[in-house]
Amino acid sequence: MNFVSSHILSQILFVPTIAAVVMLALPSRNAQVYRWFALIASLVPLVLAVILWTNFDSNKSGFQFEENYVWYEAIHSSLHLGVDGISLPMVLLTTLLTPLAILASFTVSDRVKVYMMLFLFLETGMLGVFMSLDLLIFFVFWEIGLVPMYFLINQWGSANRNYASLKFMIYTMGGSLGLLLGIQMLGVLFGTYDLVALSSRWNSLDPGSVLLGMPVYTVKAIAFWAFVIAFAIKVPVWPFHTWLPDAHTEAPTGGSMILAGVLLKLGAYGFLRLVLPFYPDEAKAFAGALAFLAVAAIVFGAFASFAQSDFKRLVAYSSVNHMGFVILGIAAAALASGTTDAHIAMNGVVLQMFNHGLSAAGMFFLVGVIYERTHTRNLDEFGGLFPLVPIYGSILIFTSMASLGLPGLNGFVSEFLVVRGSYPVLTIYTAISMLGLLFTGAYILKGIKSVLHGPLNEHWAHGEHTLTEMNAREIFVMIPLMALMLAIGIWPAWILDVINKAVVALF
Amino acid sequence: MNFPILSIITFLPIVAAVIMLMVPAQRKNEVRAIALGTAVIDLVLSAWVYIGYLRGNMIGYQFIEHYNWLPALGISLYFGVDGISAPLVLLTGIVMFTGVLISWGDDDPHIMAGIQDRPREFFAFLFILAWGVFGVFVSLDLFMLFFFYEIAVFPMYLLIAIWGWAQTREYAAMKLTLYLFIGSVVSLVGVLAMYWVAGQNTGIYTFDMLQMEKAGFSPIFQYIWFLPVFLGFAVLGGIWPFHNWSPDGHVAAPTAVSMFHAGVLMKLGAFAALRVGIMLLPEGAKQWSWLIMLFAGVAVVYGAYIAFVQTDMKYMIGFSSVSHMGLVMLGLSTLNHDGLLGAGVQMFSHGVMTALFFAVAGMIYDRAHTRQIPELGGMSKAMPFAALGFIIGGLVSMGMPGFSGFVAEFPIFMGVWRVQWLVAVIASISIIITAAYILLVIRRVFFNPMPEKLEGHIVDVTVLDKVAIGTLCFFMILIGIIPSVMVPMMETGVKYILNILYPGGI
Repeated sequence: MNFVSSHILSQILFVPTIAAVVMLALPSRNAQVYRWFALIASLVPLVLAVILWTNFDSNKSGFQFEENYVWYEAIHSSLHLGVDGISLPMVLLTTLLTPLAILASFTVSDRVKVYMMLFLFLETGMLGVFMSLDLLIFFVFWEIGLVPMYFLINQWGSANRNYASLKFMIYTMGGSLGLLLGIQMLGVLFGTYDLVALSSRWNSLDPGSVLLGMPVYTVKAIAFWAFVIAFAIKVPVWPFHTWLPDAHTEAPTGGSMILAGVLLKLGAYGFLRLVLPFYPDEAKAFAGALAFLAVAAIVFGAFASFAQSDFKRLVAYSSVNHMGFVILGIAAAALASGTTDAHIAMNGVVLQMFNHGLSAAGMFFLVGVIYERTHTRNLDEFGGLFPLVPIYGSILIFTSMASLGLPGLNGFVSEFLVVRGSYPVLTIYTAISMLGLLFTGAYILKGIKSVLHGPLNEHWAHGEHTLTEMNAREIFVMIPLMALMLAIGIWPAWILDVINKAVVALF
Repeated sequence: MNFPILSIITFLPIVAAVIMLMVPAQRKNEVRAIALGTAVIDLVLSAWVYIGYLRGNMIGYQFIEHYNWLPALGISLYFGVDGISAPLVLLTGIVMFTGVLISWGDDDPHIMAGIQDRPREFFAFLFILAWGVFGVFVSLDLFMLFFFYEIAVFPMYLLIAIWGWAQTREYAAMKLTLYLFIGSVVSLVGVLAMYWVAGQNTGIYTFDMLQMEKAGFSPIFQYIWFLPVFLGFAVLGGIWPFHNWSPDGHVAAPTAVSMFHAGVLMKLGAFAALRVGIMLLPEGAKQWSWLIMLFAGVAVVYGAYIAFVQTDMKYMIGFSSVSHMGLVMLGLSTLNHDGLLGAGVQMFSHGVMTALFFAVAGMIYDRAHTRQIPELGGMSKAMPFAALGFIIGGLVSMGMPGFSGFVAEFPIFMGVWRVQWLVAVIASISIIITAAYILLVIRRVFFNPMPEKLEGHIVDVTVLDKVAIGTLCFFMILIGIIPSVMVPMMETGVKYILNILYPGGI
């Protein structure tokens, strides 16, 4: 094994950070230099992630490409990295969306150097969460990702950015407080933070014994809720979602793409990696509550989305709606763990995470494209734009259809798998959420209608306000996203093969 | 090992102070050059000690020097560092170096940064302070520790009363001095009691702390004397409810003195409380640790909350110091491996962080002539490097992973979990409050639009200021990313303490 293949995870993880530090030292005053440097630097992890994907053995369960380095020996924490079928798609998603978000941000002209550096730091933070097999390292990266995102919203966001960024930060930190305390409790009880070692010991605890002066059952239930709330805020699960519309709407376009595309997945990933394996009994006991929240997110998310007149807010609420399916699948898998239903639901969950990453990033980018030209996001001020911008219109319709779950595109596959897995165990909830899907169609069609169809708003057809078509760079951002949407829609096996083995082994 | 490096580190500042006082008062730049040269030498030597300890076998006390001072009473000049004091010596070197850089001053009449008024006397007093601080950290003789402790307190009065903020300096200087003297008198009584009883028990009257550890104080004696000794020293560590002098002192002090005060002087209190209180009276510590934990727990949350509602930048930082020093005390009160380890790292981390905070606050005050947060704004454009430094300091303060604050706070909380989980849960609330006030102050001071009144008056910080900020940031990031540059060393010190606390093993 040569160096590249034996340390591939740490290279994917740290190349962006190293690039950011190098950027700090670049003396150039030309913004273009920083844009291209950041883009090329973020393509390196993508190439490595593709190599990782092709070398990944989907017939093996368990973690692959493991690396272990000493980090904080005194409290028994080490930099333990590894990927399995759940984290690999997430790593690919992150490394794909970051260069696209950077390419989408080429129009940013204010403090380009710092902006691009924050994006690269952000990438390391997100990748670290997906790769770490050590609880403390997981938490470290979980928190590190917050800082660049806070400053991206706070410095490059739109009008209400101060409120939105602080709300985002305090919500997430408030949630991660429980996570921090839960992690500390596990570390204190077992003297290790290694995920693999921890989960086997934790699950073999004698239920009759006493921990910290309380019965094990109580301790587990408290720790379970601490974890669940932290991840639920990040996903976000209704009713913890209220930071999301503000943060997504105020963030710059590239930031929204990453926020919706990857950051929300961190919460869902936490459920898969920590909550279900660590607390199978509690998850089973509280699965009904989780399913209720999921259905609430699906239905209310769709309603709220339908009611928006701000295009970006509409897309933001659609994330609440779509991530609800992820939670529904998780609840079903918790309830039916070990059965085929659970495996189907879980396959759907992981795929839905990946799919939502593609479609949400695409939608936010398209909103950004039109906002940059018109400086408005108010749906009432658009109308009938399709003849003016046919390419934009076609791409918007394509992406919306993927988001809506049109068969043949990616959203359909994952939502079908989730619903198919959930139906036998959570029949009523699944049925209600299907009705929610109806409203998903409604708000997406409303969005398309208000922007592209209906009577033309003459304001955009003449004079200085004339709407211009998408340029090559913008089309180039959308091409990989649309290609993947189509690829998963017509032949999902290539990605489900990777996911399935890990899911069957874990749940 | 025969090279008397610790004595040189300790006595160099006082020698430099005497030399400076002999330079004619109007030759300000010569005085500044002497001060900077001395600080650089002390920084290099303390880094030498640190690295020497880290690369050595890291066992017990090293760089030991022993000179008789008053043999009849068993007092000697007995120096040595262990895994806990070596980082603190380095910290003092860092704060001394950056403090001199910050105080260098600029003759530009628009800025009036640094110390323009009588720099000769200022640096001389500052170095007397540094002499005392170094002395406490390296002394293995209880009398000498106390001697240096008093020396460190005394110049604070003059530094604040003469160079401080005109509106509160007399009040603050008096309050600070009275508090600290009362505290140290109480400890002195305890120290003398220990001296007599140890002498009676063993037949040898000595202030040698390594001997006194083996003096076999009776449990009753330890129960009675632990609290006065520990709390007497902990007053200087800003322990609640005796913290009141500290924010007032911070606010009134000139920038470099605030840096010393929060950066190292408060560590002096915590360190002496550990060295004398916990290590000489371990049974008493076990008996009273619940009370220390209670005080510390209150300090952590209450300090953060009070910091949150301040409008004066320096008061905010001052109360955040109370909160962060509360974490040190919280770590000490756990009396276990994780908590003590975290407390040790937190002493270093907080020292560097708060020195940075006060440095940047001072730079802003020098230019804007106000510290009221609502009256400030737009500093990130006018002084971007200082803004970056303050943001990094803020992230450390929030306990953000990747910086030294996390490396320190995480083990403290783990230690508390082992003793009383409820305190860990309550104390963790302070993390959110800290995040809120740090983010708000960063936004208001650095990113809000600049008030018209200040427009055009704010010039960027000097190169010397940037060197100081860069130095402080370097250490916070280094320890955050690679904890093993400090933690293994602290661990040896902690293990030594654990052997004293639990002679039969845990």
